[in-house]
Amino acid sequence: MPVELSEVDRSWLAGAHGEASALAMRIVVETAGVMGAERLVDIVAAHVDGCLYHGLAGLEFAERLAAGGARVSVPTTLNVAYLDLLHPERYRGDRETAANARRQMDLYVAMGCKPTWTCAPYQLPERPSFGQHVAWAESNAIVFCNSVLGARTNRYGDFIDVCAAITGRAPLAGLHLDGERRARLVLRLEGVSTRLLASEALHPVLGHLLGTEAGTSVAAIDGLPNDTSEDRLKAIGAAAASSGSVAMFHAVGITPEAPTLDAATDGEDADEVRVTPERLRAARDELTTTGETALGAVSVGTPHASLAELDRLAQLLEEHRPTIPLFVNTARDVLTEAERRGSVTALSDAGVEIVTDTCTYLTPIMGALDGPVMTDSAKWAWYAPANIGADVVIGGLEECVRSAAAGRVVRDEGLWADG
Amino acid sequence: MAEARTLVPGTGRGEALVLEQPLSFWGGVDPATGEVVDVRHPQRGANVAGRVLVMPSGRGSSSSSSVLAESVRAGTAPAAIVLAEPDPILALGAIVARELYGRTVPIVVSSGPSVRAGEVVSILAEATGATISD
Repeated sequence: MPVELSEVDRSWLAGAHGEASALAMRIVVETAGVMGAERLVDIVAAHVDGCLYHGLAGLEFAERLAAGGARVSVPTTLNVAYLDLLHPERYRGDRETAANARRQMDLYVAMGCKPTWTCAPYQLPERPSFGQHVAWAESNAIVFCNSVLGARTNRYGDFIDVCAAITGRAPLAGLHLDGERRARLVLRLEGVSTRLLASEALHPVLGHLLGTEAGTSVAAIDGLPNDTSEDRLKAIGAAAASSGSVAMFHAVGITPEAPTLDAATDGEDADEVRVTPERLRAARDELTTTGETALGAVSVGTPHASLAELDRLAQLLEEHRPTIPLFVNTARDVLTEAERRGSVTALSDAGVEIVTDTCTYLTPIMGALDGPVMTDSAKWAWYAPANIGADVVIGGLEECVRSAAAGRVVRDEGLWADG
Repeated sequence: MAEARTLVPGTGRGEALVLEQPLSFWGGVDPATGEVVDVRHPQRGANVAGRVLVMPSGRGSSSSSSVLAESVRAGTAPAAIVLAEPDPILALGAIVARELYGRTVPIVVSSGPSVRAGEVVSILAEATGATISD
């Protein structure tokens, strides 16, 4: 069925705002057709992923839009890019790639996007409110936006993100609609020890399992403590959007559209999956690619570390001084705030390498590795082996810091025992 | 001949590469060569270039649009993609490649009889509908 367009939509297509804006509207409308949308919806904000350099196609697309005078028409934040502009000396790649990547970043800023350079735009002060329609790219941000903020976005990718930002319109389909947001699958935690439920080591692993089980579906997790923090929900979502294509999940009693299990499923039947310690141990082991325990480095902060996570890292470093390189990725805005609060000094004193604007698995920053990398991020563990050729070991943040001090894997195996 | 739904129109012919599991192009395919590099994918090492890529769905990262468009630019893209469920992220990569380079990867959705691995098939995807044939 063809997409029903407003008069304004048609005028954009006809080139009323220039050829580049017409191209943007064409892409929004064609994508709306792919998604089966009946019409388009106004969005109040966008988060753009297309600023990350993957090769000339992405750069040439941005050139075409910017050269045609396209500008974003709603507040638009930018995702991580290929370069750390605050710490350029860390980059170990070739110059031509860096020049192309820099050009691509500049083009998006020229189109009016804010140079936030973060995969965690939900940690910035101006984040979408409950019920608002937005067009967000970046898989972990999409999950957080829908699940934790209760704002509405589909899994937008490169290209459509900026086209929606330029036109202020997105396909009215999928998770923009009430009926698509209910859980069709329930993950019920069973026999998991109170220690593991209280530990930060649980969430990336649980998210990994969620992605494997849910695929593209909306699922509800039942059995997490009510005080589960945003950082922990972030870890679940990022993992689930890596091992699966999850764009939204509910945490019963925690996330805004799931005060009860019944609210999450809208009272309808849902398939049930039992999440036992045995299954969690298996998921954890899937995220580790090596039996080697002498580590080359530790990388935390994927998605970008929040203020609370930087504070906690600073606290852990008081007792455990790293003997191998320890990297933390964060947003430049979060770093500025952390500097103001004084927690950055503790990180620098401990020799922590702080990375902004990008991430250690996207760009050559870590250098030659003398062994596997330990991380607290299931997303990092999922992608780093292919992206930068690293072997990985998963653990919680505290385990990562203890391991960085010991130079070898230190994990609390007792956490994962039957409860 | 099997009927299918068109996501991105076009025509393509090639030997079928049938993936048992979904594949994320970002982090999963090297656009310089077309090789499957996802270390956890059971068919790591296979090459998608010029093949009719048959898989259940896309997966994971929203950067897959860029990687697919880049593989069209570099000449390492599949000849066509057959999915069991629609994937707007891959569709976007193909749509933008057409806008930029005037060539694309047709993408269709088919839940019908599956294409066999190694079989040479033609995809004809028009706005009104698509067919998969020998």
